[in-house]
Amino acid sequence: MNGAQDLGGMMGFGPVVPEPEGELFHAGWERRALAVTLAAGALGKWNIDTSRHARETLPPADYLSSSYYEIWIKGLEKLLVQGGLVSLEEIRAGRALAPGLPVRPLAAEQVAPVLARGTQYDRPAQAPARFAVGDAVRTRNVHPATHTRLPRYARGKAGVVDRVHGVFVFPDSHAHGQGEAPQWLYTIRFRADELWGEGADPALTVSIDAWESYLVGL
Amino acid sequence: MPHDHPHHHDHPHDHGHDHGHGHEGSELSPMDLRVRALESLLVEKGYVQPAALDALIETYETKIGPRNGAQVVAKAWSDPGFLAWLRRDASAAIHSLGHTGRQGEHMVAVENTPEEHNMVVCTLCSCYPWPVLGLPPTWYKSPAYRSRAVIDPRGVLADFGVTLPEGTRIRVWDSTAETRYLVIPMRPAGTEGWSEARLAGLVSRDSMIGTALARRPEEVAA
Repeated sequence: MNGAQDLGGMMGFGPVVPEPEGELFHAGWERRALAVTLAAGALGKWNIDTSRHARETLPPADYLSSSYYEIWIKGLEKLLVQGGLVSLEEIRAGRALAPGLPVRPLAAEQVAPVLARGTQYDRPAQAPARFAVGDAVRTRNVHPATHTRLPRYARGKAGVVDRVHGVFVFPDSHAHGQGEAPQWLYTIRFRADELWGEGADPALTVSIDAWESYLVGL
Repeated sequence: MPHDHPHHHDHPHDHGHDHGHGHEGSELSPMDLRVRALESLLVEKGYVQPAALDALIETYETKIGPRNGAQVVAKAWSDPGFLAWLRRDASAAIHSLGHTGRQGEHMVAVENTPEEHNMVVCTLCSCYPWPVLGLPPTWYKSPAYRSRAVIDPRGVLADFGVTLPEGTRIRVWDSTAETRYLVIPMRPAGTEGWSEARLAGLVSRDSMIGTALARRPEEVAA
């Protein structure tokens, strides 16, 4: 969806402000926001694409005026309600009004193994890749109202296949409970003038990772 | 409590609950209250366990961070066999050092050269290689970085005080999938014969994102 999360090429946000390597949190609640988000995610009631979609569907003014952990918390509240785990009334009250669903919460001793295991998103190939490294392709000019990982600045643009990564879960489907629908995934490299037109940096190239259905051959 | 960064905490209009985080004093900010209320609700419902929350925080504050990535880079600089493995199958090479798991399942290493500098961004959210770099810094998640890295990376580098030599090409990698990119900065001159541990001290987090270069030997304390 063309939401506020799709920031590439926008202007006016001011300079990037570097920060020291050890500075991870700017308030105590950010630590708890991180941990609550990860622990609730470990219940397995939603996937990474569902959670990205929950964040990007925040109203644009809200998204852009929220810090990143605020966005996470607002997204988490939405996921918890959508998943039937809590009600809006319970979030407002800050206490349970009904018993919880039967789930297996993440235990402290599971944290290290669960983080170390991660989640694999590659899948066995069911068909050969349509494109090879060096092929000229164009991204489709599409504007779905649903979740997509094809950023606006790279739609309808000509580029070259730079890498073939294998077959991966397709977020556009996975975010909406429509299955993994795995597809070949490629890195597509664009010249800056293809993306940004006149005056673009002649010594710049930009790449995205794109699923096969985002692409047409040239 | 450190101050907020005004570049993305700026509130042009009143959002009620968005106000007040980062304020000094004994009063809890609205976000603090909101997260406390949510945590206690989830504990009461039996969905999260406080000890697990503590373990998660401790992991990313003390165990998983950019020193992992610095070890990968130092080994790539020192060991041609490891570098070849990193080029062929970065996931396997990095996992062999024990840096596995969440947000680092599918790794790609990209090498800076005198001709080309690499920079990594996630314009759509905050995708970042956690097992080797830890949690992303605030600036990496900020609209300022996510918007500008793909159209004006030289301007972004200038914000970090970095000017590339004339004629150096820039390649920006927008992490739009579950592949995670680690920049291998160029090894600084004057480091011949250094141990991997000493080399790792030259490798900053930002140099592995591509918003900095590796430190020169004269930049680190003797």
